[in-house]
Amino acid sequence: MSVIVTDTGFAPEDFTCGFVALSDIAANDCDYGIDLASDTAPTALVGLTNAAMIRIDFPSFADGRGFTLAAMLRSAGYKGRLRAKGHVLADQYAMARRSGFDEVEIDGALAARQPAEQWKFRADWQNHNYQARLRG
Amino acid sequence: MSRTFIPKVVTANALLEGDAVWLTEADTWTRDIRDAELLTDEAHADLRLLEAQSRKAEIAGAYLVDAKQNSDGPAPTHFREEFRTRGPSNYPHGKQVELS
Amino acid sequence: MYTYTDFDEAFVRERVAQFRGQVERRIDGSLTEDEFKPLRLMNGLYLQLHAYMLRVAVPYGTLNPTQMRKLADIADRWDKGYGHFTTRQNIQYNWPKLQDVPDMLEALADVGMHAIQTSGNTIRNVTADHFAGAAADEIEDPRAIAELLRQWSTDHPEFQFLPRKFKIAVTGAAHDRAVTKAHDIGLRMVRNDAGEAGFEVIVGGGLGRTPMVGKVLRNFLPKADLLPYCEAIVSVYNLLGRRDNKYKARIKITVHENGLEKIQELVEDRFATIRAGFSGHDQDLLAKIEAAFAPPAFVTKSIGGYEATRLANPAFRSWTDTNLAEHKANGYAIVSISIKKHGATPGDATSDQMRVMADLAETYGHGELRISHEQNVILPHVHKSDLAKVYAALRQVDLATANIGLASDIIACPGMDYCALATARSIPIAQEIATRFDELEIEHEIGQLKIKISGCINACGHHHVGHIGILGLDRAGVESYQITLGGDGTETTTIGERAGRGFSADEIVPAIERLVTGYLGLRRDADETFLQAYRRLGKQPFKSILYPAQDKANAA
Ligand code: SF4
Repeated sequence: MSVIVTDTGFAPEDFTCGFVALSDIAANDCDYGIDLASDTAPTALVGLTNAAMIRIDFPSFADGRGFTLAAMLRSAGYKGRLRAKGHVLADQYAMARRSGFDEVEIDGALAARQPAEQWKFRADWQNHNYQARLRG
Repeated sequence: MSRTFIPKVVTANALLEGDAVWLTEADTWTRDIRDAELLTDEAHADLRLLEAQSRKAEIAGAYLVDAKQNSDGPAPTHFREEFRTRGPSNYPHGKQVELS
Repeated sequence: MYTYTDFDEAFVRERVAQFRGQVERRIDGSLTEDEFKPLRLMNGLYLQLHAYMLRVAVPYGTLNPTQMRKLADIADRWDKGYGHFTTRQNIQYNWPKLQDVPDMLEALADVGMHAIQTSGNTIRNVTADHFAGAAADEIEDPRAIAELLRQWSTDHPEFQFLPRKFKIAVTGAAHDRAVTKAHDIGLRMVRNDAGEAGFEVIVGGGLGRTPMVGKVLRNFLPKADLLPYCEAIVSVYNLLGRRDNKYKARIKITVHENGLEKIQELVEDRFATIRAGFSGHDQDLLAKIEAAFAPPAFVTKSIGGYEATRLANPAFRSWTDTNLAEHKANGYAIVSISIKKHGATPGDATSDQMRVMADLAETYGHGELRISHEQNVILPHVHKSDLAKVYAALRQVDLATANIGLASDIIACPGMDYCALATARSIPIAQEIATRFDELEIEHEIGQLKIKISGCINACGHHHVGHIGILGLDRAGVESYQITLGGDGTETTTIGERAGRGFSADEIVPAIERLVTGYLGLRRDADETFLQAYRRLGKQPFKSILYPAQDKANAA
């Protein structure tokens, strides 16, 4: 069972519309979430500004493309819910939040190994932030 | 025809100290390669490596490496592994002084 | 010099606390080694052949005496009483224990230092001209910019998991002492037609498996655009850089495969968006940092005693001939302290030596020290009237070797004496070459010669840009050494050419001796350096010297 991590810790999934791949977006009766692979081309982000939810895949914690994709979506004006999904470590939580993600989705096994306290340790991600300081 | 299997030892770095260690038959880690278990059977060697890798709290980066049998126990065959049994050549540091 | 603000201090303390937690979680099993590894690397901790290794950043190579003393204390308390200065202006400790590392980092934080991003696939410690702020040929002290880049790149949320490591170097002088063309981003300060200082931005340089000379991405970048422009470059690279093959993951390959024009287009496009996010706070900070790097209060006093001592003491004169560089202030000199005593390990300083250098910087050097990428220590601001005292104190601790820029001033990476990636040793080769030239007593006659040695293709010893480069390889289970010739790491950056087949560990030192003594017979006059002679004559005569028998065989 997936666990959703936010600044307040662990919670169950509350997004009920489900997710579709970018290529499968169609006229629909529900505000689907859109799944983006980590190798999504920047050009493919155009037009996603009004999506209700975007979920970016992290196939491995070492694949940092999702952080830049998130930053690009936010700088393009995306205001919806933005989720990092997959092999994200508690130690990357602050990076995810600072890059523009709202939350992280991890599987049960990872949640068992890295319990909620380890994630909440970085719930203070707004502190000690050089980038915020340089941008003002 | 099966190719001949070059004997191996399981080696790793100790988790806390970081130095080279070798797996013994008694499932302990030794700092002296001469006390290591020399693995002459390929299937057994692979199994021992898996067992070693599962001991995450003791070591990091376990691997199998070629070794030979000397009169006083297993010995490395490659110069890199020989350095690991000794320490650096520019100072009397590491195993060359710690073991004696 | 820049000193940490409360913000920097709090940040570093917080990072130490995080790392302490990570070490605990590794030991208690909640982190696997696979997961812990990138985290420890982000904090400069490697696992090497014989032990862990902690790489401490010396940002843009600048230290104050208190920091140098702390480095000495750390060496005594948690290591074996010495440290190794590297080609990236860092210092490495070769023997820390895992559970001690958080305490070592805490000790560093006490003096405004850290080991953050000295490793891993992230933006590494920013390097700079080691003569910055002192060199006579400088437009501006580049360290303020380097500090701004340090703050921007530190903990940058997007760029902690790049395809591969990312290195930035900056110089403010016409003569490039920072090897900017061999970096992922090289920044050379230049003036535009209006006389404003800005940067020529070079991208995609690098050594390693596929050495490449960097290419100019932008001829002139205004200072105020620096951070958004660099962010655009790294952002483009993060998405475009290859992640399927680590040998093709550096930005030099991204540039090579996509072409400079395509990269230019993508970067300029990203830059337009990112620039809007910078509202000028970075420039306010830069102004404060620049003020912190204001030059020291240089004094005017007589240098008569200096000239008299030079005449009276030939050893002192020889040292002043080789180890001094021209200073921008009247009566001052830049002192390079050789950490290359003949036969010693290049770049290794004992804790006692560190303390003496700290004391000298405090007493005679306006409180400044630098680490050079050539693995020496610099006292950038010494008045000539104090040089005799500095020299005498250095002699006491074996630091007065007069060999800067000469054959025995060898760059050598740790090689297989320490490094887990090495394919052969480099330190003993450096030791033997230096010892041999000392015995022959010809290095002053040879003149300027840069010998650089790497223990594997990763080229931390910069062998590609050595006038003579030596690369240690494993050839069928035996150490073997390949020579490259004609490399150059300055503003005329050139990648050296392979001379021919490799040499065994026994053959390499005689081969280098043959090569260098052979050059003495080839040069036009005593002023023609090895590199100049090589450029004039080409590879062939040098090859014939290296491989005499083979040459005969070919002729037959
Ligand atoms: S060049 Fe190779 S051997 Fe030398 S320090 Fe770098 S990785 Fe290690």
